[in-house]
Amino acid sequence: MNTFDYVRPATIAGAIAAAADPGAAYLAAGTNLLDLMKGRISRPNRLVDITRLPGLDRVERLPGGGIRIGALVRNADLAHDRVFARSYPAVAEALLSGASAQLRNAATVGGNLLQRTRCGYFYDVTSACNKREPGAGCDALHGENRSHAVLGWSEACIATHPSDFCVPLVALDAVVEIEGRAGRREVAVEALHRLPGDTPERESALEPGDLIVALRLPGEAGMFSAHARYLKVRERTSYAFAVVSAAAALRIEDGTIRHARVALGGVAAKPWRARSAEEILAGSSPSDPAFGRAAEAALADAKPSGDNRFKIELARRTLRRALTLAAAGTPERVPALPASPFSSAPGGLHDA
Amino acid sequence: MNLSINLTVNGVRRDVALGDPRVTLLDLLRERLDLTGTKKGCDRGQCGACTVLVDGRRINSCLALALSHDGAEILTIEGVARGDQLHPVQAAFIAHDGFQCGFCTPGQIMSAIGLIQEGQAGDDPERIREGMSGNLCRCAAYSGITEAVLDAQKSLSEADRRHAA
Repeated sequence: MNTFDYVRPATIAGAIAAAADPGAAYLAAGTNLLDLMKGRISRPNRLVDITRLPGLDRVERLPGGGIRIGALVRNADLAHDRVFARSYPAVAEALLSGASAQLRNAATVGGNLLQRTRCGYFYDVTSACNKREPGAGCDALHGENRSHAVLGWSEACIATHPSDFCVPLVALDAVVEIEGRAGRREVAVEALHRLPGDTPERESALEPGDLIVALRLPGEAGMFSAHARYLKVRERTSYAFAVVSAAAALRIEDGTIRHARVALGGVAAKPWRARSAEEILAGSSPSDPAFGRAAEAALADAKPSGDNRFKIELARRTLRRALTLAAAGTPERVPALPASPFSSAPGGLHDA
Repeated sequence: MNLSINLTVNGVRRDVALGDPRVTLLDLLRERLDLTGTKKGCDRGQCGACTVLVDGRRINSCLALALSHDGAEILTIEGVARGDQLHPVQAAFIAHDGFQCGFCTPGQIMSAIGLIQEGQAGDDPERIREGMSGNLCRCAAYSGITEAVLDAQKSLSEADRRHAA
């Protein structure tokens, strides 16, 4: 790890001023950043510790519905917040399917939104990576790429976004509040992450000094609480990133889907909202043929970026199953194995 | 740059001059305070051998910057027994063969103490396995670990009930 200056500002304005220099980085829990620094993938010359900033660790109900989550709220605390989990069960399930209990106790909401890809070539500083070093090339393109993107990728970068949390967030129209040198602004989570194009090093809509201070879920997102699931296919049962994941949220009235929200994870450089699937679902009966058509539509533009053609069919099936589970109803409690396709009881359904 | 912090470690207040901003909580415990019970396995947050409780919550001390934890209360494996009387989780690991080589054991025990305090797993072995998935055991003593956590949870909740009565 390279050495750095360490500052711990007491105010948001002080933090933004301290972080505006190129080479500065915000430190919250550090569960991703310290790992990147140990591997010399990130080499900030200044760490701006935001963990003591006041007012960023609260979960608030908003007048008129919706919920506002401070950027420093820990993943575990949010997932176990009863009001939150009841209103946005797919988000709670996604949070509990990510990382380990130790990491969820430390990791923050803001940090999760900004975590970096786990592409092995990004992490290996002896490999060529356009994201780490613009113009260097991409060793993933002709390398071990079975876990890489099938949507929205470019020749410059085929990495995926690793977050589980962000997948139901984009489905539910979550918004981040950002403080920056030019004041406060809001960006939809869907617009926060960028596709690689020719500039994979530009991963988000944030400018130098920008600080995510809060995340908001709108009140309307609560209308899906009776039929909302997150499903995540992994290489092992627990403590692994998604190969493919899906968030499915349905509003069912009189046996018909009135509104549907769908997003996929592990398929692109950003959490992937699938509006074409939502349009097919709205007005349909919650049935397997409709779920199949929605899954076809969601992956209509997918193409393999390497040895990963299987992910396209896997994503279709994962989404179809997530929709089936959502239609069956949100379980009373997040299953013992959150978001897992595997059962916690021999012979039982995975959410039994 | 002020590189001195104070911590309460296993109930004892410690003032530490770091001299380098890069020191992790894990390295501080092992190299500066000679508390080598907390193990360095992967040093990248993947194995859980470095698990300690910080302000009552289990975390990976290898991914915690010491400077950022100024003022925190830390509990490590050295602080869980009362003299010669083992912590119920320690005793349960022995009773159920919850280890073989022992390298991951301090992290497993601290993680189990954290898990029981979190109160989410109850007596469901699947929830315990899921809740302990951040602690790898290369000897694969997992079935003994799960039994030990179930047993310790039972004896701790019985002790709580006696205490409340």
